[in-house]
Amino acid sequence: MSVIELQNIVKRYGDGYPAISDVSLSIAEGEFVILVGPSGSGKSTLLRMIVGLEDITEGDLLIDSERVNDSAPRERDLAMVFQNYALYPHMTVAENIAFPLILAKGQYSKEEIDERVSRAAELLELVDHLDRKPAHLSGGQRQRVAMGRAIVRDAKAFLFDEPLSNLDAKLRIQMRTEIARMQRNLAVTTVYVTHDQTEAMTLGDKVAVLKKGVLQQYASPQELYDEPVNLFVAGFIGSPPMNFLPVENRDGQLHSPFGAFSLPAAEREKLREAPRYLVAGIRPECFRDAATVDEEVRGSGAVLRAEVDVTEWLGNEVYAYLPFEAEPGIRKALEELDRDLDGEGTRTQVVAVLDPLTTVREGDAIDLWFDPAKVMVFDPETGENLTRDPENAKRLSEESEAARRRALERARAQQTEG
Amino acid sequence: MSRKHTAWWIVISLVVAVYALFPVLWIVSLSLKSPGDVANKRFWPTAIDWSNYELIFTGSAQDLFLPALVNSVGICLIATVIAVVLATLTAYAVARLDFPGKRLILTMALAVSIFPVISLVTPLFRIWSTIGLYDTWVGLIIPYLSLTLPISIWTLSAFFRQIPWELEQAAQVDGATSFQAFRKIIVPLAAPGVFTTAIIAFFIAWNDFVYGISLTSTSAARPVPAALSFFTGASQFEEPAGAISAAAIVVTVPVIIIVLLFQRQIVSGLTSGAVKG
Amino acid sequence: MKAKVSNRQLGETRLGWMLSAPAVIILLAVTGYPILQAVYFSFFNYRMTDPDNRFVNWGQNYIVILTDPLWWQTVGVTLLLTVVTVAVELVLGFALALVMLNALRAVRPWVRTAILIPYGIITVVAAFSWKYAFDLGTGFVGTWLAMPEFDWFGDFWSSFLVICAAEIWKTTPFISLLLLSGLAQIPGDMLEAATVDGATWWQRMAKVIIPNMKAAIMVAVLFRTLDAFRVFDSVFVMTAGAQSTATVSFLTYNQSISQLQLGMGSALSVLLFLSVALICFIFIRIFKVDLAQARGE
Repeated sequence: MSVIELQNIVKRYGDGYPAISDVSLSIAEGEFVILVGPSGSGKSTLLRMIVGLEDITEGDLLIDSERVNDSAPRERDLAMVFQNYALYPHMTVAENIAFPLILAKGQYSKEEIDERVSRAAELLELVDHLDRKPAHLSGGQRQRVAMGRAIVRDAKAFLFDEPLSNLDAKLRIQMRTEIARMQRNLAVTTVYVTHDQTEAMTLGDKVAVLKKGVLQQYASPQELYDEPVNLFVAGFIGSPPMNFLPVENRDGQLHSPFGAFSLPAAEREKLREAPRYLVAGIRPECFRDAATVDEEVRGSGAVLRAEVDVTEWLGNEVYAYLPFEAEPGIRKALEELDRDLDGEGTRTQVVAVLDPLTTVREGDAIDLWFDPAKVMVFDPETGENLTRDPENAKRLSEESEAARRRALERARAQQTEG
Repeated sequence: MSRKHTAWWIVISLVVAVYALFPVLWIVSLSLKSPGDVANKRFWPTAIDWSNYELIFTGSAQDLFLPALVNSVGICLIATVIAVVLATLTAYAVARLDFPGKRLILTMALAVSIFPVISLVTPLFRIWSTIGLYDTWVGLIIPYLSLTLPISIWTLSAFFRQIPWELEQAAQVDGATSFQAFRKIIVPLAAPGVFTTAIIAFFIAWNDFVYGISLTSTSAARPVPAALSFFTGASQFEEPAGAISAAAIVVTVPVIIIVLLFQRQIVSGLTSGAVKG
Repeated sequence: MKAKVSNRQLGETRLGWMLSAPAVIILLAVTGYPILQAVYFSFFNYRMTDPDNRFVNWGQNYIVILTDPLWWQTVGVTLLLTVVTVAVELVLGFALALVMLNALRAVRPWVRTAILIPYGIITVVAAFSWKYAFDLGTGFVGTWLAMPEFDWFGDFWSSFLVICAAEIWKTTPFISLLLLSGLAQIPGDMLEAATVDGATWWQRMAKVIIPNMKAAIMVAVLFRTLDAFRVFDSVFVMTAGAQSTATVSFLTYNQSISQLQLGMGSALSVLLFLSVALICFIFIRIFKVDLAQARGE
């Protein structure tokens, strides 16, 4: 269990273009950190630099305060689960799991190796497959063997490179829970790369969001969700993604294609210096069908009126899609954002996640009710979140840190008991 | 599958087997004919007779056959080993490293493999005569490399491209040194490809006739295929067919054993990167 | 910073060439140097038995060869042999490949083993087998066909037929393996889609399978053509060039090794080399054979 620190890390390839520019983040003991971002964000490169498979062009990598930039992977004593599992095809499952122990010459006796392998196999339910070769295993079993190889030794940290991306949806959710449980029990520092924001949100104590090699925000999942620093993070975190509406800031109101609304006084204050044309972000789950909102509550919120294009009924909720036209200038900014997020279409519709009580049907006009305090406003040029509340962000990060410490202590207590 | 369907397949398979084995069977039969039987113009011998084998191993043809057998085995093995070792280095570079000129190397190997060997024989004949390599083992091993090296480079490059090289990195993360990663992971994965390539290269050297007949003149270096055309009958007036057949069978048996043992590997080697029969 | 990166690339380049150098040098030494020698001596009047009387005759050798009907006849025989054997091998090899692809699981390894035997057998041995099968003195074929007195090696066409048969028997397995690997790469659902679209077996073959393995077919044909054009062993063993069955390779051998006419032999070597290069060029330029495909890239 170790502390990993990245200080001003830069990676440049032959063409001089920085694949990673000036990334600094510190990973505490026992912390589960996610590196997330769309393809080309440099998240895997960063992980491979930590483990020692890629050279670090500039900056320092510290493990337990020791600079390891120039150490070989085996000297760093980190365990890694590869995206394609990287199992050795000529070895059995048992031999695969035992391989790191055998390489650590003299450190483990024959009996200890056997014992550790069987303990790992038990934990991962691989006992019946120990004598098989990887070629005869299912995808999920291979994934577990790769994990077994990581947990069998007392590595300083676990590194995961998109470990679930080759599994089908159902298995992915199962293994996700399994990884979370194991990390909690073993309380090992973990760095996990994924492009899937759901994995990032569910697994991580902290999440580092990367875009084109630049660290956007490094915070707890809840802080990313409630207080994103910019358009990119806001659009990346959350599913379905946040809606972005072009708005004009005039007469103390925000005029959107679906009508005008006012922000609370404190937020309005923050927009005093802001440009006239802005982007308003409202999460799909913040909308409600005004018809289902109580009279007294309705007055405290704002309402937008729009026509429903398509509805999708999912049982516990209804998705309503509402197209709109945007000014070319704003539209360009939104299209660019969508490309950054690996999207394909252009974002000229609003999605509302509604209670199934709604009676709205395709082609109907609908009044969408929302709490204006939950609206975020972004500068379309810089992408900056103009309404971000640093006080709240600080509170959230302190809360999550406290929760993490409690969990870590519980795990330690259990370990000493066991 | 219906029974009729199965019966069909058995018939087809038998046709293929007859196609493949008939000429071999014929030469086996011929080698077992007595001198009086050889010219009987029938497929089977009237009685099985081992005199042809006696002739080439202990009889008058032994001076012709036995040295040729030693030459063939020795020269082909050496040419195969050299080719496979050098090709392994080259194929590793081609499959693993990115450097300008690697396509050129592959293209060159291809160009050499389609080179008409007869075109090389005339100049080699002159050069070897001048520098004293004519009718020596070395004088055959060197030109044999022009047969075995290109095919080995191609086949091994194809094999090496399929090796999951990221396993080397996985091993390093697991605590292996570069050398350990190579020895414990890469060598076991590469070995089957190297072995298959060696078989194919050996077959090609073993098959050579042009160099064998052109660059040798005595039993000092003459390989079996060339020696076969120097056989004479037990007496001057007899057909040497029986003795030639017996010698042919002796050099065919190893081929058949290798094919039986390694047919799967040979097929994968021939189809993954091979360009020449 | 940039220097460091390009240093690494430089190191990789150096290592790559260091590892490849021995093989490359040997390849150049055993082919490049001799062929240059051949080009050089092709301009000489040079008999091995009379080395003192060696002089430059400025292309006289080429003029003699190219104006000699024997040369053109040899080229004709070689081309005919190439076309006939490659065409038959392609059809037969395709049939064999289909058999291997569809054979029952139980017999598949046996079929594969059986066809590898002709591939592995020494060409000279195969040639002897076929020769003795037809030979007037030893052959059973005449007996079986009830024409015991027919001398198969007594005229051009029957000799040619036996040579072709021996070549086809020996090399069809190789071509069928190449075609099999092409066949195996055709996705099964594509054939199922064609079946659903109403294609018959023949239509699937002509419209789906063959167009999709065109690259594999062309590569197989190119390599077999180049190989067939160099045919030597079978001719040497079966007829020794009698009944006008000499091929270009055999003619070259005769000039250089048998008659020790090094000047003339060198000129023939150069012409043979140029012919092979021309065939290769035609295939790559006109038939657009993709050699990257052959490289397995």
